[in-house]
Amino acid sequence: MAQFIQQVINGLNVGSIYALIALGYTMVYGIVKLINFAHGDILMIGAYFGFFALATFNVPFGLALVVSMILCALVGMTIDRLAYKPLRNAPRISALITALGMSMLLQNLFRLLFGAQPRRMPAVIALKRIEIAPGIAISNLAIITILLSVGLMLLLEFIVKKTKTGKAMRAVSEDKSAAKLMGVNVDKTISITFAIGSALGAVGGLLYAINYYQVEPYMGMMPGLKAFVAAVLGGIGVIPGAMLGGFVIGLIETLTKGYVSTTWADAFVFGILIIVLIFKPAGILGKNTREKV
Amino acid sequence: MLKVENLNVYYGAIHALKGLSFEVNKGEIVTLIGANGAGKTTTLHTVSGLLKPTEGSISLMDKTITGVEAHKILGMGMAQVPEGRRVFAKMTVQENLEMGAFLRTDKAEIEESYENIYRKFPRLKERRKQLAGTMSGGEQQMLAMGRALMSKPDILLMDEPSMGLAPILVKEIFDTIVEVNKQGVTVLLVEQNAHMALSIADRAYVLETGKIVLEGNAKELLDHEDVKKAYLG
Ligand SMILES: Nc1ncnc2c1ncn2[C@@H]1O[C@H](COP(=O)(O)OP(=O)(O)O)[C@@H](O)[C@H]1O
Ligand SMILES: [Mg+2]
Repeated sequence: MAQFIQQVINGLNVGSIYALIALGYTMVYGIVKLINFAHGDILMIGAYFGFFALATFNVPFGLALVVSMILCALVGMTIDRLAYKPLRNAPRISALITALGMSMLLQNLFRLLFGAQPRRMPAVIALKRIEIAPGIAISNLAIITILLSVGLMLLLEFIVKKTKTGKAMRAVSEDKSAAKLMGVNVDKTISITFAIGSALGAVGGLLYAINYYQVEPYMGMMPGLKAFVAAVLGGIGVIPGAMLGGFVIGLIETLTKGYVSTTWADAFVFGILIIVLIFKPAGILGKNTREKV
Repeated sequence: MLKVENLNVYYGAIHALKGLSFEVNKGEIVTLIGANGAGKTTTLHTVSGLLKPTEGSISLMDKTITGVEAHKILGMGMAQVPEGRRVFAKMTVQENLEMGAFLRTDKAEIEESYENIYRKFPRLKERRKQLAGTMSGGEQQMLAMGRALMSKPDILLMDEPSMGLAPILVKEIFDTIVEVNKQGVTVLLVEQNAHMALSIADRAYVLETGKIVLEGNAKELLDHEDVKKAYLG
């Protein structure tokens, strides 16, 4: 039992990171119907920004986090402006291929700039294990990771539900023309969505790098892919779905590693995705609506 | 109020509007009637900036608005109730009205506007927390109208508000259009339902395949032989 609870805690820890990253996929998909494959690399970039802030400039963790979020928001907006916006009215496959290309471009750019060698993330906080019951422990880093992720998710939920910007985002994702008729600047709203999604991705990336102690140019691929699976699992375009999907994927992964086998964990994650999609093609919280043409 | 001159609009090779000109004066209800595919929606979309004309000019209260981006038009005093209502289905009734007031900053007066709209459409008030997509066609039409009025427009464009509604609801909507007009809002009403539209309008234009073929006093057009034959059956 203790081992099971321990696994659940570990699952929530990685799951919260996946959830943060999944939000970026789902928000962008919700508003421009694009699977932004470069989002995984945004988290890599966020990790690098955080790494340099922490290792080179020795700033406190909170400041590194904020700097990384702001810079990634700018990067995300810029990518949209340069690469995706010109294709807004083109067939969807064009933007999708562009996103794949953007992903490779970013990976190779960072390899060129900083080398393929992983760099060691400095220890941000003195790692402490807190024993909550016999055989069950949680590290202070895991607590920070989970609290920070959940806090940001609640903040996002508040922004989307209650603020003017959030309402504009929802209106644009439903009907761009109608939103324009309400005076909403659609381009600006899409930019803001990329900015928010990328900032959350930066947090996910930095937390991931701290939890695994390193940064490298290809580090975004696996967590990016799993977060994408989480977004699809929860129902792509549905914000609470991405959060739920992230935690579900995190739990499946850790429990498989704990009880079945380490090598099979990824196969289980993708297997679950396939099974869920067979029974609920729109994802756990997605609505099975036919798409408008 | 609104003046359109020599408007030419293409969809690729399709010449949808062929030198359209019309005018709406302050305080009027003007209707643009025409069969399905005549170019009514294209006209409204062009006037509100969703489509760019190849040629022609549009002016609103003596300001040229040709080529102005769609999201800037509302702030200049022109609101539109689009064809098919286009309410935000996954937002509540109240949130849809809030979207209508998106550009307004006068908080206290916005509250007053909500009350005004809810007084006009009591059914919306009962359903203020309901998702707009779950309401009936008539209720959605009222919501689309309320949403447009939340911006306090000088001129309101309406695209086939009677579409798909039972006659009793059509009457209710049209009564509201007259009431709104009496309160000082100029109205441009696009309709296939020529009889209803002509009966409340001051002036009318008849649109056929992208061209105005007839114009005049609405009551006179109601008795016009060609109009009777083509649109009033
Ligand atoms: N998006 C579009 N692409 C191509 N042709 C269109 C499009 N929208 C409308 N049309 C054509 O333009 C003409 C006018 O259409 P529309 O303005 O919708 O007419 P109405 O509103 O009077 O029914 C029609 O021939 C229609 O087929
Ligand atoms: Mg039409």
